[in-house]
Amino acid sequence: MREFPKMRARFMKFSALLAGLVLSVGLSAPLCASESEGPKHEETPRRFDWSFAGAFGRYDQAQVRRGFKVYKEVCASCHSIKQLAFRNLGEPGGPQFSEQEVASIAASYKIKDGPNDAGDMFERPGRPSDRFPPPFPSEQAARAALGGAYPPDMSVLAKARGYSRGFPYFLLDAVPGLAYQEQGVDYITSLLTGYSDPPEGFNLPTGQYYNRYMSGRRIGMPPPLSDGAVAYDDKTPQTVEQYAKDISAFLMWAAEPHLDQRKSVGMGVLAFMAVFCGLLLFTKRRVWSDVHH
Amino acid sequence: MSGPSKYTPKSAFARWLERRLPILSFVHDAFVAYPTPKNLNYLWTFGAILSFMLIAQIVTGVVLAMHYTPETGLAFDSVEHIMRDVNWGGILRYAHANGASMFFLAVYIHIFRGMYYGSYKEPREVLWILGVIIFVVMMATGFLGYTLPWGQMSFWAATVITNLFSAIPVVGNSITTWLLGGYSVDNPTLNRFFALHYLLPFILFAIVGLHVWALHVTGQNNPSGVEVKDIEKDTVPFTPYATFKDALGIGVFLLLYVWMTFFVPNYLGHPDNYIEANPLVTPPHIVPEWYFLPFYAILRAIPNKLLGVIALFAAVLIPAALPWLDTSKIRSARYRPLFRKFFWVFVAVSLGLGYLGAKPAEGVYLLFARVFAAYYFFHFLVLLPILGKREKPEPVPESIAASLAVPGASESEEGRVHA
Repeated sequence: MREFPKMRARFMKFSALLAGLVLSVGLSAPLCASESEGPKHEETPRRFDWSFAGAFGRYDQAQVRRGFKVYKEVCASCHSIKQLAFRNLGEPGGPQFSEQEVASIAASYKIKDGPNDAGDMFERPGRPSDRFPPPFPSEQAARAALGGAYPPDMSVLAKARGYSRGFPYFLLDAVPGLAYQEQGVDYITSLLTGYSDPPEGFNLPTGQYYNRYMSGRRIGMPPPLSDGAVAYDDKTPQTVEQYAKDISAFLMWAAEPHLDQRKSVGMGVLAFMAVFCGLLLFTKRRVWSDVHH
Repeated sequence: MSGPSKYTPKSAFARWLERRLPILSFVHDAFVAYPTPKNLNYLWTFGAILSFMLIAQIVTGVVLAMHYTPETGLAFDSVEHIMRDVNWGGILRYAHANGASMFFLAVYIHIFRGMYYGSYKEPREVLWILGVIIFVVMMATGFLGYTLPWGQMSFWAATVITNLFSAIPVVGNSITTWLLGGYSVDNPTLNRFFALHYLLPFILFAIVGLHVWALHVTGQNNPSGVEVKDIEKDTVPFTPYATFKDALGIGVFLLLYVWMTFFVPNYLGHPDNYIEANPLVTPPHIVPEWYFLPFYAILRAIPNKLLGVIALFAAVLIPAALPWLDTSKIRSARYRPLFRKFFWVFVAVSLGLGYLGAKPAEGVYLLFARVFAAYYFFHFLVLLPILGKREKPEPVPESIAASLAVPGASESEEGRVHA
């Protein structure tokens, strides 16, 4: 066919055009992102080191305990953590308090129970099997008390937050060795350390605070942490940044209490599968050795 | 496979059973003696990988269903109950959620393999169409399943997708109300979605049965695209050859599946789905699961809602017409120099649509989504019919055995070709 070289030339032109298109999408994506990025848009969260990052990462028990202290003394006055039970605090791969410690933590909370035989609701001290009671009886009560704001439940907050990494970084986030699963805790830590006075001319309604990591840079939560606000028993620095990291680690544990177990089982499964694949490879080669292909 | 069975029962029980229900000879013919082309590459293990994934999804799904509650006030908490309180529940849920993604990854590789090697061509049209039906049922199952955790993305994806049906003229709104069991996504919707999500995999299983049946009638295609001419020279028996090759393929695929499930289980998910569904708060960007993104991009590329919905469904269904759109008599892209290049352009365009589907439909993104969506249909409707007539194919080998031969090697030695 004489058409062939002509078609080939046409094809080359076409594919060059297409390659150009693809390239320009890739190049223009960050461009148009920065175009719309005025001062109103939030900053990309900072990255922190986490003991639980990576395939071999595990929770740092001391850090999770410190984070629990921050939660109890600061966050718990407004934020519920309803999926978490007191007994979870004693389980391995977390703060892992002793049985007595868990029981006494539970007993320090008042749990609404009932109705009793007289038909009345009553309050009793918490038991390890109870879940953390919410600070407000309803969303309406929370909003009424907090000037209209409703603090989100913290049970899975560390997994419910994140940020877009953009092309091509998001592709690397799944790769062994580079895997990045900690967007949520990085975001929360950044947010807690992201308060400052608003820049000149920034329109900030009353009851809102300036935070450069919050969407729109406005947040209803007043800066919750201040240096020295929570007393640590050990020599860990009592700074906002340290508190922010510790509470984030605690929230990650609360959101994913079986992370340690999952990763160690996973390592076993992966090792087994690798060996099994090796055996399968040799068996397959042996089976196929009389077939030439 | 056709013709009388080569199976001879060895035990008395087998002979007794064989006279009453010839299931042993059926299994023998389908999975032991079945001749498979000896030149199949590892892309042909994806059929076995997909069968494995279907079973894995059914097994994990049935156990998850024992602990899940399809009620709007309880669904989200019951998923967290699975994650926290059910023994190995977190691993089960992550295996099921990532299993869906692995299932789709495998099916896309399987489909692209079929496109590259022309596996849809005569006489495999019915086999191919059954495959497209399987893909559609898979998409429905995946969509229904994504609703069940009752997170923000669950709720809003269900709202957006069911809302598509309201684009149908006259009866659209009635159909949407009928599908939802009300005027918006609510408890009746969740209940029926759960029931259907449990039902569809078994329908899928049945269609897969037909797919495998059709495969065993026509025989497998192979990288050379040449039909089997001589069973002795061109094929090897399914067992042990294909069984072990498939097992290795499944094993290597499982390494990826295990990595995703145990080490980056939320990578393919969306953080918003860890926020309980709230009909009063719309997420800033509603994004479907990654495996729907190319089709979602096509939907949004078209400014008219009804036409967008038509384009979406057309994009999913148009591969079913491939046996007639592709006019080339040559099956394998190996011997089609032009098609080979356009195939990779098509792959790039599909991936590009996937990327654009995750981006907001505005500005440059929308422009490229339109260009790529147009190219998607251009590939099927214009390029393939013309290419088959105009392209000058390279010489096709006479047989599978000949395709394996290197120049200079003799075709002696019991008909075996040394490569």
